[in-house]
Amino acid sequence: MSMATATVQPVEREDYLNKHYGVGSWLLTTDHKRIALLYLISITFFFFVGGFFALLMRLELLTPAGDLVQADTYNKLFSMHGMVMVFFFLIPSIPAVLGNFLVPMMIGAKDLAFPKINLLSWYLYIIGGVMMTHCILTGGVDTGWTFYTPFSTAFSNSKVIEAGLAIFINGFSSILTGLNFVVTIHRMRAPGMTWSRLPLFIWAHYATSIIQILGTPVVAITLVLVVAERALHLGIFDPKLGGDPLLFQHLFWFYSHPAVYIMILPSMGVVTEVIACFSRKRIFGYHFVAMSSVAIAVFGFLVWAHHMFVAGISVYAALVFSLLSYSVAVPSAVKVFNWTATLYKGSIHYDAPMLYAFGFLGLFTIGGLTGLFLAALGVDVHVTDTYFVIAHFHYIMVGGALMGYLGGLHFWWPKISGRLYPEGWARLAALIVFIGFNLTFFPQFVLGYLGMPRRYYDYSHMPEFQVLNVLSTAGSTILGIGYLLPMIYFLWSMRYGKPAPDNPWNAAGLEWQTQSPPTTFNFVEEPVVTWEAYNYDEIDAGHKQEAPVVG
Amino acid sequence: MFNNFPLWPDRASSTAGNVDALFIFLIIVSGMMTLLVFTAVIYFAARFRHRKGVLAEQIEGSIPLELTWTIIPLGVFMVIFLWGAVVYFNSRTPPRDSTEVYVVAKQWMWKLEHAEGQREINELHVPVGRDVKLIMTSQDVIHSFFIPAFRMKQDVLPGRYTVAWFHATKPGVYHLFCAEYCGTQHSGMIGDIVVMEPSQYEAWMSGSPSGPLSATGEKIFAELGCVTCHRTDTQGRGPNLQGMFGKPVQLQDGRTITADENYVRESILDPGAKVVNGFKPVMPTFQGIVSEEQLNALVAYVKSLAPAGQTGGQTANPATIAPGLNPAPVTTHGSSKGSPKGTKVQ
Repeated sequence: MSMATATVQPVEREDYLNKHYGVGSWLLTTDHKRIALLYLISITFFFFVGGFFALLMRLELLTPAGDLVQADTYNKLFSMHGMVMVFFFLIPSIPAVLGNFLVPMMIGAKDLAFPKINLLSWYLYIIGGVMMTHCILTGGVDTGWTFYTPFSTAFSNSKVIEAGLAIFINGFSSILTGLNFVVTIHRMRAPGMTWSRLPLFIWAHYATSIIQILGTPVVAITLVLVVAERALHLGIFDPKLGGDPLLFQHLFWFYSHPAVYIMILPSMGVVTEVIACFSRKRIFGYHFVAMSSVAIAVFGFLVWAHHMFVAGISVYAALVFSLLSYSVAVPSAVKVFNWTATLYKGSIHYDAPMLYAFGFLGLFTIGGLTGLFLAALGVDVHVTDTYFVIAHFHYIMVGGALMGYLGGLHFWWPKISGRLYPEGWARLAALIVFIGFNLTFFPQFVLGYLGMPRRYYDYSHMPEFQVLNVLSTAGSTILGIGYLLPMIYFLWSMRYGKPAPDNPWNAAGLEWQTQSPPTTFNFVEEPVVTWEAYNYDEIDAGHKQEAPVVG
Repeated sequence: MFNNFPLWPDRASSTAGNVDALFIFLIIVSGMMTLLVFTAVIYFAARFRHRKGVLAEQIEGSIPLELTWTIIPLGVFMVIFLWGAVVYFNSRTPPRDSTEVYVVAKQWMWKLEHAEGQREINELHVPVGRDVKLIMTSQDVIHSFFIPAFRMKQDVLPGRYTVAWFHATKPGVYHLFCAEYCGTQHSGMIGDIVVMEPSQYEAWMSGSPSGPLSATGEKIFAELGCVTCHRTDTQGRGPNLQGMFGKPVQLQDGRTITADENYVRESILDPGAKVVNGFKPVMPTFQGIVSEEQLNALVAYVKSLAPAGQTGGQTANPATIAPGLNPAPVTTHGSSKGSPKGTKVQ
């Protein structure tokens, strides 16, 4: 194996980055770490595309009149913002980048179970992404990311078919990643890595993978049905053709509600690792945190119709779905309490990843609690389809998922790149993101209760909404700066950052027992795990873990 | 900009207070939970910050604590659920004898027709203190009828009726929004709800141009020849419609359903779907022959054949409408805003 040669090079150790050079060595790689980097570059591109659309929308809403862009343009902006951010950034974000990089390393494996399928899933993502980009450049789509019928199948004059197929193809990328993770976690754990010794990051990804495998096919089929109705006039959703528009909403939300957990569960996994490391503690209630991930994944499939309380479903169905929605809230609350309890009697460090984790805690708490408002039937009738919903799900999906993603990227950046990022800038960026986020989205809760509907580009008939919209737009520019900063200093650190030690945080976890950056097959020899997860007491007491260290 | 900066919406319906009360309860509960978590996190982060030589104290967990913070939130959530369910149930169940308004949504306007025959576009005049039931359908895509001041919202679907109701409590002019994205001019699909004192409302009403909606329906019923089969005796090829509305109907396949607006509508557009027991599926479809407005009129007519009290208030007292009078000038209260979008169709 190539590992042996690595140890005899004194000047520059061989690692997965410098082992091979050339475009071909990247585009044909089956190394999970290189594929993770391919994903990192691709999703960063789509993040800034989606963010650009968001900024244009916020600028349009600065004044009540529709004066910056035309109505159709605005409709395309929010549609493509949603599609790009949900399907091409948030869903792949943590699983495909950090998960891809870390799942094999955390369980002591050389790679994922199916390295070639892993590469295939990136190519599927890219094919979907190229189609989506082509769709955007040649006119775009104006159905909202929700594709509600019969608007999408019979009335929209935009590129619905292309966007639908782009997301359809991209969906298989997500399914294959989930499949790969489940098999890997079942079959490739190192000796001694029992289920209850798994890092909670792995538990979170396991739960996420189940949703990806079981949920994604449903939205894929649904989008094919939309395409079929639009192109071939098969009567499925359009009542004029004998279809049922509510059927579409049931199918769409059957995936798209659990999809929220595809975004937030991995982020919870990241936050768990970060909080344990920077408070130097075992996670309080390990089994409860692990099982709450699984509970969220399971219950998450039973709540979809809470998006449809005013859509025309029966009162009794609404009662059931409201009740079940609270069953998801419980495990989420359990997680927050366990994280908080983990801090108790810790030895807490304030490095940038921890600041992101604190930010996650704050924003996820607000996002989760406002979910209680929406699950309460009587209140939902008033606030659904208003800015209240926009604020709520951005607190979860951006405040929660994205904070976790950024925190994780900082935490594992030394391992990924072999370089240290500038700590001062990173703390500043975390602060800017937190402030910018709250200024952008908190006013939208008030706007929503006042009654401002979502997807309005012109509110000149209701100028009373302007002050809050101005605040929100101001916040979005701050937020934009907060997101731009990490991209700049991460790029900077790849060239100018200090070389990272193998374990800069003195963290538990097998991924820190290898060199930074790791070699192609991660470990010199298969590690044997004899300790529990998060054994920070042993690490801080000076005990060394018996894992093979390279170099 | 700052002289018009409300932080709480108008409260102008019987439902609004109930929704607000639950909303305020939720703010208090979630505020307390937020305060609890934030205080704990900030306190722990400060109190247990890293000090040289001081090691963290390892704690595995605690079953009693886990149970505490599972069961207490669950209990609180159940209170919220039940409270929300009660508010919802009441706001979804139209009281009997409501005044009825038929709503037809289309890209991008609201067409409203009172049971008494008045037609409006993007503007709805209603009296204060009376239950108003909306029977809504769409000509094209899904829309949503949203009046923030009434805390009322209901999606409006093509191909079927959805129903909502409200009871206005405060005169004024309030926003009407389309809340379900419906295409290019979605944000222009707005209007005004004009809530008037009953006396002014009666004056406004007295300008009815065409008589009650059910009378229009009766005319269409005759013109389309429905009357040849749906006779008022038992000899017709179709069921006798007298007194049928609101009653249970036994179908050929053995099911029993209630003859509501959606059943009447479906029976006109897709007569073979639910055939009444004892009759042959011989009725032709009227899909594409009758417009949404004509359908509404037919439904209103069939309803008017039911005994009084079974349906809405409009059939109880059709004589109060005096056709041919000029509409009285409309005055509105509570808001100085104009209503440029509104047009009364004569």
